[in-house]
Amino acid sequence: MQSERERRFVGPRRGQLLFVLTFLVLSVLLFSQIGSQTTWVTKTAVFAQPRFWPAVGVGGMVLFTALHLWKLPFRRFQRTDFREALRWVSALEFAIWFMGYVTLVPLIGYLPVTLVFVLLLSHRMGYRGRMMQVIGVLFAIAIVVIFKGLLAVRIPGAVLYEYFPDGLRSFAILYL
Amino acid sequence: MDLILSALDILMRWDVALALLAGSVGGVLIGAIPGVGPAVAIAILLPATFSMDPIVGLTVLLGIYGSSMYGGSIPAILINTPGTAVNALTTYDGYPMTARGEPRRALSLAYSASFFGGIFSVICLILFAPVLAKVAPLFGAREIFLAALLGLILVVVAHRGQALIAGALACFGIFLNTIGMEPVKYTQRYTFGTDALGSGVNLIVVVLGLFAISQAFVLLTEEDEKIRLTRLRGGMFQGLRELARHPRVATVSAGFGVLMGMIPGVGEFTAQFMSYTYAQKTSKRPQDFGNGSSEGLIAAETSNNAVPAAAMVPLLALGIPGEALTAMMLSVFYVHNVVPGPGLFQNDMDFVVALYLALLLLNVLVMIFLLFATNALIQVVRIPNRFLGVAVLTLSFVGVYSLRNSATDCLMAAGFGVFGFVLKRLNLPAVPIILGMVLGGIMEVKLRAAMARVKTPFDFIDRPVAFILFSIIIIVLGAHLLRIRKEARALKEAEWQTKTSSTRFGALLLRRRTSFLKEHGRRVRDRHAKLLRRLTDLF
Repeated sequence: MQSERERRFVGPRRGQLLFVLTFLVLSVLLFSQIGSQTTWVTKTAVFAQPRFWPAVGVGGMVLFTALHLWKLPFRRFQRTDFREALRWVSALEFAIWFMGYVTLVPLIGYLPVTLVFVLLLSHRMGYRGRMMQVIGVLFAIAIVVIFKGLLAVRIPGAVLYEYFPDGLRSFAILYL
Repeated sequence: MDLILSALDILMRWDVALALLAGSVGGVLIGAIPGVGPAVAIAILLPATFSMDPIVGLTVLLGIYGSSMYGGSIPAILINTPGTAVNALTTYDGYPMTARGEPRRALSLAYSASFFGGIFSVICLILFAPVLAKVAPLFGAREIFLAALLGLILVVVAHRGQALIAGALACFGIFLNTIGMEPVKYTQRYTFGTDALGSGVNLIVVVLGLFAISQAFVLLTEEDEKIRLTRLRGGMFQGLRELARHPRVATVSAGFGVLMGMIPGVGEFTAQFMSYTYAQKTSKRPQDFGNGSSEGLIAAETSNNAVPAAAMVPLLALGIPGEALTAMMLSVFYVHNVVPGPGLFQNDMDFVVALYLALLLLNVLVMIFLLFATNALIQVVRIPNRFLGVAVLTLSFVGVYSLRNSATDCLMAAGFGVFGFVLKRLNLPAVPIILGMVLGGIMEVKLRAAMARVKTPFDFIDRPVAFILFSIIIIVLGAHLLRIRKEARALKEAEWQTKTSSTRFGALLLRRRTSFLKEHGRRVRDRHAKLLRRLTDLF
């Protein structure tokens, strides 16, 4: 049966212990590196030391996470914790999609990669009807036109554009 | 009057007018789509605004901030799903009105209340600006340090039941800000010898990761929701008439919004909570609250829309953002070398007034847009969640990559995206990280400057404003400790109430005396201890 302490906990139970333990271990590891990763300068006041604010940050992380762990009403791992960890890992798939998109844009070009990315990812998410594909194409074109064409955000031309004929190359570098 | 004329002169440009229109319409649209809040939109658009004039860029961002709450009330009222987090209270009374067949009345009332809140706060702040201009110069390095510290403490203690982990996350933000080259002594901090960390962790990369990419992951990993929309009939102007029948609730709620908005770290939720409680306590029909009360809806919507203008006060007057959205806007100032703070109020008062006038115009534009376009607008609620995820991920790329054309930034943003996703799954706040990063940087610079002139610890608080701020910090911490003690007592009381036997230690020993005295009891305890050891060894 759920205890009163567990009932009053803000947020779901699943994954809490795993997150807090991981965060604490990483914080302690960072704290252990403070001597080698920061410098203590002689003849300088404590508050002006380059080590002072990293110590406040990492020290606070260790202290507050340890206190949170101490006050956490869950002391044992449950099956739901591991299932939750798998859910976190599942988000990595989309991080990989994102990094693939990032890698290909400077090689192939913003417009073609965005078109393919939106269509493929929509297909992966189950939108396989013609209607959604058309919406996807329009959305991809609209993004490139608005951001690169109108707002002129800094997205460089692709390596592929170098092989285009002269007139088309400068247009592609500027707008596609 | 001259001030207002010169402010109008700043606004009389076609690009500002376009920014106003784009910000207001875009903000309403973004607010109306559940799952994409103003934080996601502002994070994505932030790098695009760097190439614009400060007034144009800030108008777009302010437009999104100010108008998203108007849009957020649409799904809150029609489908019981708040469009933005601050519209959660709108569902209490808005949806019951829809359920009993009055969706048009609820929407119209929500728009009118939001409009009143927005206009009230802007007028208050324009009138208040000369006072602020006099007070702002009293803030030196130590006062700004204390104000930033107060903001950080308020953000942490505002997360009820999660203050410790919020504190840890705020410290994580402070730590992130220290990574890279230290600007005074030129030493490396936590770079682990890599070039990628040498230039530090960019705030916008973290913001995009924690708000936009993580939200895309949430949308992509969830199921699409089935939505049924109610048809709207009747006029949209009845809300204004109904609002006029409750001037007291509307004014007090807007007042709470202005006050709470000005305090860093407090914001919309506290303002709404206080207004709603006030409206319920003073109402002639308190039983209607939560069941479609017009006063409840007015209190919720007026107070949240009064906050954006007020939230700009600590940002503009002291350079201290009170929450994540104004923290993002601070980077627009930095990019253009405009340093918000006391100097801005003294030297560029017309710029400040121009921003407030832009907010005023924005509220009028949004109101006109909503009065005529609600029927078409409600269709955006139908956009499927996972397709929205695809869209947010695609847009996040523009935000991160256009910053420095760096794949490392994108990798970091993806990493923060996964971290933000984990935080969202666990219902933990990401805002303390952002404020830790921004306020940590301010505190580092200001403390160094302040300590150069301080000989003894008491010198730090010997000026009136510094002393007041220090006293407020002590009061806030004291109040928080008292609240923790009260909650611990209530918990103990609740735990004891569920026990049937006495909780006294002597009584416990008495109940177990046979077990302690007999050999059989010892054997049983040994066996239990062995089983427990085996069980714990499993983990």
